Amino acid sequence: MKVVSLFLVGMAIFFGIIGVIYWFTSYEDAGFLMLIGAALLGLLPGSYYLWWTYHMKLQPEEDPDAAIEDNAGTVDSFPGSSIWPFILGMGAMFALLTFVFGLWLAPIGGALILSALIGVTVESRRGGAV
Amino acid sequence: MTTTIERPEVITPEELGGPDGHHPDASHGDADHGHHEGPSGIVNWLTSTDHKVIGKSYMITSLVTFFLAGIMAVVIRAQLLDPHTSLVSYQTYNELFTMHGSLMLYLFAGPFAFGGLANYIVPLQVGAPDMAFPRLNALSYWLYLGGVITMLSGFLVAGGAASFGWVSYAPLSNATNSPGAGGDLWLMALALTGFSAIFTGVNLVATILYLRAPGMTMFRVPVFSWNMLVTAILILIAFPVLFAAVVLLFCDRHFGTHIFSVQGGGSPVLWQHLFWFFGHPEVYILALPYFGMVTDILPVFSRKPVFGYKGMVFATMSIAALSTGVWAHHMFTTGVVLLPFFSLLSYLIAVPTGIKFFNWIGTMWGGQLSFQTPMLFSIGFLLIFLVGGVTGVLLASPPVDFMTHDTYFVVAHFHNVLIGTAVFAGFAGFYFWYPKMFGRMLREGLGKLHFWFLFIGFWVTFMPQYLLGLHGMPRRVASYAPDTGWTALNVISTLGAYIIGFSFLFFLINLMVSWRKPVPSGPNPWDGHGLEWFTSSPPPHHNYTHLPPIRSERPTWDYNHPEHRTVVHKPKGKNSTSPKGDKQTVGAPS
Repeated sequence: MKVVSLFLVGMAIFFGIIGVIYWFTSYEDAGFLMLIGAALLGLLPGSYYLWWTYHMKLQPEEDPDAAIEDNAGTVDSFPGSSIWPFILGMGAMFALLTFVFGLWLAPIGGALILSALIGVTVESRRGGAV
Repeated sequence: MTTTIERPEVITPEELGGPDGHHPDASHGDADHGHHEGPSGIVNWLTSTDHKVIGKSYMITSLVTFFLAGIMAVVIRAQLLDPHTSLVSYQTYNELFTMHGSLMLYLFAGPFAFGGLANYIVPLQVGAPDMAFPRLNALSYWLYLGGVITMLSGFLVAGGAASFGWVSYAPLSNATNSPGAGGDLWLMALALTGFSAIFTGVNLVATILYLRAPGMTMFRVPVFSWNMLVTAILILIAFPVLFAAVVLLFCDRHFGTHIFSVQGGGSPVLWQHLFWFFGHPEVYILALPYFGMVTDILPVFSRKPVFGYKGMVFATMSIAALSTGVWAHHMFTTGVVLLPFFSLLSYLIAVPTGIKFFNWIGTMWGGQLSFQTPMLFSIGFLLIFLVGGVTGVLLASPPVDFMTHDTYFVVAHFHNVLIGTAVFAGFAGFYFWYPKMFGRMLREGLGKLHFWFLFIGFWVTFMPQYLLGLHGMPRRVASYAPDTGWTALNVISTLGAYIIGFSFLFFLINLMVSWRKPVPSGPNPWDGHGLEWFTSSPPPHHNYTHLPPIRSERPTWDYNHPEHRTVVHKPKGKNSTSPKGDKQTVGAPS
């Protein structure tokens, strides 16, 4: 985590500095805001990871001498096959096409999205985090 | 249905297989393959959350868009053959170059890398059973496919597809100048693929940060996966801005706002700021994955470890960081941007890119080079991208940019960059990992023919365009006057485009031959370095039943060549060594 957190914090510092320089040399607000946004994007996860780096014992994937056995046991529960991402994706497509072709597409998109949201929730519950 | 995944077991060269490179997965690899629960056939394709199936779907879809966009390019070049050609109408020509750029940039080059190859290879390289969020991964693909369908359906509506160029500058792209559903479909397609990219970015970050195998420290992650991590973060910076810009432009087109129009108090330059704040990182979103592929391929065919691993990683980070601060070098001629700032930062990018170049050369230097197809394509990438990079340095200078802006010089420059990366490095990666993905080899002879025709066709097409640009031929014109003297160069360029088109026949024949008469590849046909070459080809469901100890950035090589191992395996000395006690020496192979 340390490498990544330093990478992200470094990114935040870089964009912060560049953003400030950019503001005082150009007074152009769109670019300044986007640079500061990029700095925050690095700062939030970066500082979170940095905090955890010092409050968590060394993970096997961070330990250069880790053996494969150190991580024995269950990785996690992974979902099997599921139709709902397809339904949700197509629902999103129809929902956006509503803006182009008119409101008659909205019920189709809405129904697909709603069914996918329900379906994916029920599926997670039934598939069961053990 | 959820499946609970157990960790793979350890396997060491001392126990099994031994130094001859044979390992147990090779013998029962086929038995593992196909042994996965769930449906098969088209239902499997629709419902799978396996990163390998999704990665292949991405690759097939993006290659289809690549061929469609390639056909458009050939039509464009045929139209420009001489001043009197009228193959297509001017309106159709505008649609064709817009869709050629949009398909290539939004729907091929990016998704092929981060949706296709990265989706397939990154979890394998870091030793993960799948992507971190498999269903989100599937959703990314379906959003992407929705975007492809939406963008292509522009050709079917009245008024035709979008015709305002892939950069969609205001005020050309507003409702008055570009009416019709084509432009709206184009915007919606960008929204869909933008979200698809963002979700893939989130997935890649989480996978690389949290699902690495034990011992796979960040500085042992293969450079391709490192580049994908950096690319994913660039995606998270850039694509939300694109989405915001698309929403604002749609509001301008339909809801009566005047964000990008002068008469309502808006600013057309704001569109350029928003677009290029996405657009320039996008160039590196398209380039970095391909840099990573080449960085993984060159060491394998040089039989050396990569030269300057950490330098490569830091160069990737610097390129990504700088690329986000140079967006307005596309806007020099607007006259309202800060020339010195953007020019300086653009020049600075040459430094980390140069580091990468020297490291690539250093990797090959003194190695036992073997010129199989992936290596040829990688070297093709080096040569073509070098010219793209050098002309990029030229264009970073405002005086040169003022002279060549919107001419064919710029067209040739970015084709040098993007064909170098997305096509040459992309096909290097494709030829390199195809055996891993399908368990069968592509034919070397056909691959080499593909390379040479493509390589020669490329230079014949684009070198004349540099000259045309310097002679003043503007881009995006459907015709030109006979007395300009541009005809001869245009004829040469069109001839080159035909050669490029012809070269892809060899690729298609190659795919067909490998499908009809498969030559099994085995798990590790190239004597590869990364973890992905350890498992069977194609990998079993959830990728690994066994893992080798990971003591360097090339665990499979270490396992197969214990005599050249870079670091001695210390099974249980953890308590006595500090995390920093990792005495990693650069290996001196054969």
